[in-house]
Amino acid sequence: MNTVLSAQHVNKYFYDPEKFQVLKEVSFSVQQGEFLSIVGKSGCGKSTLLYLLSTMDTDYEGQIEMAGTTLKGRSQDFLSHFRNEHLGFVFQFHFLLPEFSALQNVMLPGLKLGKYPEKEVEERAMEKLRLIGMADYARKPASKLSGGQQQRVAIARALINDPTIIMGDEPTGNLDRANTENVFEIFSGLAQKGQTIIAVTHDPDFAARTDRVIEMSDGMIIATHENKVQ
Amino acid sequence: MDIRIASQIAQTHLLAKKRQTLVAMLGVTFGIAMFITMISFMQGVNQFLEDSALDASPHIRLYNEVNTQRPSLIDQLYPGKFNVVYHQKPKDELARIKNGMTIAERIEKEPGVLGVSPQVATQAFYNNGPIQLSGTISGVEIDRENRLYKLNTRLKSGSLRGLESNPDGLIMGAVLARKLNVRVGDKVTVTTPIGSTRVLRVVGTFGFGVGTVDNTKSYANLSTVQEMLQKDPSYITDIHIKMVDPLQAIPFGQRLRATYGYYTEDWATANTAILAGEKIRNVMTFVVSMTLLVVAGFGIYNIMNMTVINKIKDIAILKATGFDGRDIIAIFLLQAVFIGLSGGLLGLLIGFGLSYMLSITPFDAGDFLSLKTFPVIFDPKYYVMGILFGVITTVLAGFFPSRKAAQVDPVAILRG
Repeated sequence: MNTVLSAQHVNKYFYDPEKFQVLKEVSFSVQQGEFLSIVGKSGCGKSTLLYLLSTMDTDYEGQIEMAGTTLKGRSQDFLSHFRNEHLGFVFQFHFLLPEFSALQNVMLPGLKLGKYPEKEVEERAMEKLRLIGMADYARKPASKLSGGQQQRVAIARALINDPTIIMGDEPTGNLDRANTENVFEIFSGLAQKGQTIIAVTHDPDFAARTDRVIEMSDGMIIATHENKVQ
Repeated sequence: MDIRIASQIAQTHLLAKKRQTLVAMLGVTFGIAMFITMISFMQGVNQFLEDSALDASPHIRLYNEVNTQRPSLIDQLYPGKFNVVYHQKPKDELARIKNGMTIAERIEKEPGVLGVSPQVATQAFYNNGPIQLSGTISGVEIDRENRLYKLNTRLKSGSLRGLESNPDGLIMGAVLARKLNVRVGDKVTVTTPIGSTRVLRVVGTFGFGVGTVDNTKSYANLSTVQEMLQKDPSYITDIHIKMVDPLQAIPFGQRLRATYGYYTEDWATANTAILAGEKIRNVMTFVVSMTLLVVAGFGIYNIMNMTVINKIKDIAILKATGFDGRDIIAIFLLQAVFIGLSGGLLGLLIGFGLSYMLSITPFDAGDFLSLKTFPVIFDPKYYVMGILFGVITTVLAGFFPSRKAAQVDPVAILRG
């Protein structure tokens, strides 16, 4: 197994209202195909860490390397393209574009990448929707879908470009038990196929079933434990 | 490739808020429609005024300015000395252009000259019974004069032929004829400054729509006026010249002055007030139109700003999923351009409709002016200008909100 992500001595400060160190010397690495969860209390810095890993927040000290690429000091355009190709996101509050249909929402990052012609992107998007059981709702506007349905479409969108790493910020945060189960199944299935999943979560049950759990407190990693594969 | 996705997203945004899009579009439409209507109308008025002034006056008038001032002989011999000369008579100098006919024929052969009309002009008194009015009388070759001023279209009654068949014919300004209470067929006594009188018969009346002409001027045969002034058949006081291109008149006039040594006056000098008025109206038209477009631009700026604020979450998602700043700018700028273009095109259409309606609206200018409807010019130039202004204002108005959108920090939005 090769390493797809490594963070070395990452420090992050907030300056408003006063200088405050959110992350202190965070170092860890993630293997390909791993299903990793990051847990900790609110304010421990786990979401901040995830946004650093997402390349959207570039204001930090230390080194982050993903898919063999060093990300420190790259231009915004480069990072946009990198996100498009290598990263998939699932956010806490679904976040689809409300005016577009479910299918279009899934297709957009694929069209942006421009690796496949439009027809093929559409087929792939349908395939991803089928994977998460949302194929019947493909033509519905995103604003007409329920919260759980939107969340699943968001997962399909994260998958469209076959990203190296899928990141989730509380991906099951506002889902009921059945939907949480559903999402978890999808994630572990993807991990088995070789995609890496990193999820920030509050849910101890969810975390307990992932491959590895990183526990954070006050901006530091205080514990890492592997879970036995069931 | 990226521009296609951007336009797809822009299209969806526009269609999702149809009413807002329509309001923004109508702002541009109104501005451009008014611009087109105003400029077409203003230019029509300018053109009409210029035409009526130009039609009634020659492009170049060549004449001999009688200079009666002359120093006395003793002043010439002893300048600066104490010389006293009483009652010196002015020199008897004729207003004639020497070899006038020959000069006229030579000018006629020059390239760019539309027509030349040599004539004798003099002050005159018109008498009809007890009524006595002063005016001018021009002795002309009616065919040549007709080529310059299109007299046949200016005739209010009678005909030009009457002047050819009747050596004592007179074509009179319409207002002058009314004041004298004469009609075609009536006789008028004309007295020249040298005291000779002659009875002429009115064979026609004309109206240029220019008061100073219609009020005072009459045309008679060249030979008749020469006889009235007791001059020989080569006596010419004025040569009127029309050019194919009026703008050529100014340099051509200067050349004529240098060649023949007579005074020349071109239309631009003679009509300075009209040309100045034209410039002022142009400036006014542009200022008002620009204001309308700027107001429309602010409308678009407002709406685009609101859209960006409403869509800030969407922008964050797009950025998170790999769209860069340029894509975001393209998405919002395209919306502005679409609003500008479609609103502008609609504006052109409505502007055309309004100007067309104006151009067929009856306008009673009295029998003075040859004007039955409002003067309107339809020139593609203004339509191109309108759409250009429209698109430029909307692009400017859309650019700043788009840039703001591109600078949205996705982390701040997505973290909530």
